[in-house]
Amino acid sequence: MDQNRKVHQFKNPVLNWIEFRLPIISYFKKEYGDYPMPKNCNYFWSFGALATITLVTMIVSGIFLAMNYTPHTDMAFDSVERIMRDVNYGWLMRYIHSNGAAFFFIIVYIHIVRAMYFGSYKYPRELNWILGVFIFLLMMATSFLGYTLPWGQMSYWGATVITNLFSAIPIIGEGLKTWLLGDYNVGNATLNRFFALHYVLPFVIFGVVGLHVAAVHVHGSNNPDGIDIKSKNDSVNFFPYMLIKDTIAMCAFGVAISAVIFFGPNLMAEVDNYIPADPLVTPAHIVPNWYLAPFYAILRAVPDKLGGVLLMFGAIVILFVLPWLDRSKVRSCNYRPIYKWFMMGFFVNFFVLGYVGMLPAEGLYLLIARVGLLYYFGFFFIITPFVGWIEKPNKLPLSISDVYAKNIAPNIGGGEKGIPSPAMQKDTNL
Amino acid sequence: MAKKPKNKRRDFLQLSTVTLGAVGTAAFIWPFLKSMSPAEDTLAAGSTEVDISAIEEGQSITIKWRGKPVFIKKRTKDEIEAAKMVQAGDLRDPQDDADRVQKEEWLVLVGVCTHLGCVPLGQKVSDMKGEYDGWYCPCHGSHYDTSGRIRKGPAPKNLDVPPYTFLNDTTIKIG
Amino acid sequence: MRLLFIICLFFSSNIFAAEMSSEKMPKHEWSFQGVTGTFDRAAIQRGYKVYREVCAGCHSMKLLYYRDLIDVGFSEAQVKVIASEYTVLDGPNDDGEMFERPARPADRFVNPYANDNEARANNNGAYPPDLSVITKARKYGVDYIYNLLLGYVEPPKGMEVGNGMWYNKWMAGNQIAMPAPIADGSVDYDDGTDNNAEQLSADVTHFLHWAAEPEMEERKNLGIKVILFFIILGTIVFLAKNRLWRDVT
Repeated sequence: MDQNRKVHQFKNPVLNWIEFRLPIISYFKKEYGDYPMPKNCNYFWSFGALATITLVTMIVSGIFLAMNYTPHTDMAFDSVERIMRDVNYGWLMRYIHSNGAAFFFIIVYIHIVRAMYFGSYKYPRELNWILGVFIFLLMMATSFLGYTLPWGQMSYWGATVITNLFSAIPIIGEGLKTWLLGDYNVGNATLNRFFALHYVLPFVIFGVVGLHVAAVHVHGSNNPDGIDIKSKNDSVNFFPYMLIKDTIAMCAFGVAISAVIFFGPNLMAEVDNYIPADPLVTPAHIVPNWYLAPFYAILRAVPDKLGGVLLMFGAIVILFVLPWLDRSKVRSCNYRPIYKWFMMGFFVNFFVLGYVGMLPAEGLYLLIARVGLLYYFGFFFIITPFVGWIEKPNKLPLSISDVYAKNIAPNIGGGEKGIPSPAMQKDTNL
Repeated sequence: MAKKPKNKRRDFLQLSTVTLGAVGTAAFIWPFLKSMSPAEDTLAAGSTEVDISAIEEGQSITIKWRGKPVFIKKRTKDEIEAAKMVQAGDLRDPQDDADRVQKEEWLVLVGVCTHLGCVPLGQKVSDMKGEYDGWYCPCHGSHYDTSGRIRKGPAPKNLDVPPYTFLNDTTIKIG
Repeated sequence: MRLLFIICLFFSSNIFAAEMSSEKMPKHEWSFQGVTGTFDRAAIQRGYKVYREVCAGCHSMKLLYYRDLIDVGFSEAQVKVIASEYTVLDGPNDDGEMFERPARPADRFVNPYANDNEARANNNGAYPPDLSVITKARKYGVDYIYNLLLGYVEPPKGMEVGNGMWYNKWMAGNQIAMPAPIADGSVDYDDGTDNNAEQLSADVTHFLHWAAEPEMEERKNLGIKVILFFIILGTIVFLAKNRLWRDVT
């Protein structure tokens, strides 16, 4: 090897010793210390960090739960309750894990909303978007597998319904389903393999998250105005400027999730899952986890079994090609007067789909679900390409520092050299 | 002019942020580590009652207590004599036989070699009992006498005596 | 973000509400409600007596141990006596035979039936559900249980109640296989508390809620500390952030 390569020098000799052999210190310094963030980024840009924190929390709490969990149909339910009753802080670990899953989805949904609204999926971040959709898919699989483990009524029947989706595939469907279950019905073999997969998938997610982060660091983060960093003055270092904002976001998130974990730990749970699984009795309403409900609504809106399954998976797969459906060069919807409203309509529509996905599929609800389904696919296939073609975007600002000095700094009392503002004067009196 | 107090305040804020962050992280980790220590049901199952009426002189039984084997032996006259004859001072882990039993004929021991945790032989009539006619650990050759004291071999200590009480003449409660 | 969260909560609570029957579930006052609510130990002890004398004839509570009763104010000696009144099947002994012995505090609550099939056979084919986590396993939890126990009223005109079934206002489908379990005075209290049906139902519900969430007090206690921690840390970091970003132009 080239002994003359340039090696970073640090004050600490231990760091130097490591750096010379494995330049990991300078890597972290570059990627998480000096990494330039557009300085106009708002708190929407903290949700990636929040998602990472949640992922780590889920993995940690999951590992410790697994130490006390028994993946056997006769014992799974009791072992979960034993965790809640007899294991030291077991109730805390379990409530962190079960509510953490729901919050993970809330955070990732907001992260996706941010990426869509501000056009973070566009050139040159398409691969980054694709990796993100992969993470989302893996999360859905993991949460479905995990939901089976407590072996309550919803666990059992949820697993039954979802695995039956595969039987919709012509010819090989039934065989595929039996192969997935390892039995003719959801049984002990199923529970065991679901546990094994539920344990390993989060580490796969962690790996893809690593790629996702590495990819975004190549071209840098997007920002609310969707324009590129042009000079040094457009950005701030991640440390400490963005880290401190992420920490504030983390504290707000901490308050929100703690309120649920400690004061309403079963708010987001289904009561039926506290009834041990019974293969002979189906609960009156089988509902998915609420965070998967929009896709469930799409499934049920289609009167044909195979068609429903295809559209449901299609609803996710279509996200992969979004960067190529949207032909507009302008990233941020803030500068797209028409598309902006369709985009917001898409978010509302997704929410409505989730809402009806939790209700019985009949009458008005079914009708709403079908309208929602049409808008969902219409948004991608018709609205997005068409609006991109006819729309005349607003004029983009010259630079990020321009936007920052004009719109942001005065509001937070920053920019001492800038225009004095009332907020700033108040601050100096402190 | 206003610069100085501001910097001081920032130092204070930074320091408290880092301190609180460290405290918070530690407080977050603690429940997970604590969850690995024995659970309540494990602790509650820590006592066992044993009926000893069927044990003949010279016989011994093995029962499970906290997942470990416990030896309960009804000793013969000779064995009691042999145990009492020994001068405690000459032993590696000096202890009188009287300190190791509640009733002379009943010896109760945790059957785990104090060397590296194997279960010593000597419970069955056909077993090797070692040079001192008590127990012999097959793993690394420790010899225990008829009071369960270490006499030869690598083990540093006598076999443990678990906490136990005689509920009546025929029942022992261990733990 | 918090706004979004509140919206989510609002909608999810709506979802639950949407599945309600025509009549609203009446809410009862409980000491364990609210952020600082705690269990009423005396009520739990009375409720345990109701469970033991009324419910335990048919309903198991497999997840509880007798030792758990120490947490609600029974002394260790009392729990030993309570446990010893039950018989558990243990074994096999050295002769390979199962034997019966009095229960110990470390034993689980003894089941009224040997297995689920026996439970069904003795109850007209209806399985009396295990009550260990019953307040977590029913919509409206404690209020549902309380109202159900008191919900045995005359069926509306023209309604046929099936053979071996009873009309209950709050049961899904209004027909329940369990005859009214509680009436005024069906259990005598040692502490002189009035033993009317409402009191008995409230006490046994209190007991069942403790059984389902024995960690509740510890949970809320810790929760207040954790939330305070995040608020304090958040405030400090917020101040630090304002200082830091003031220099950004």
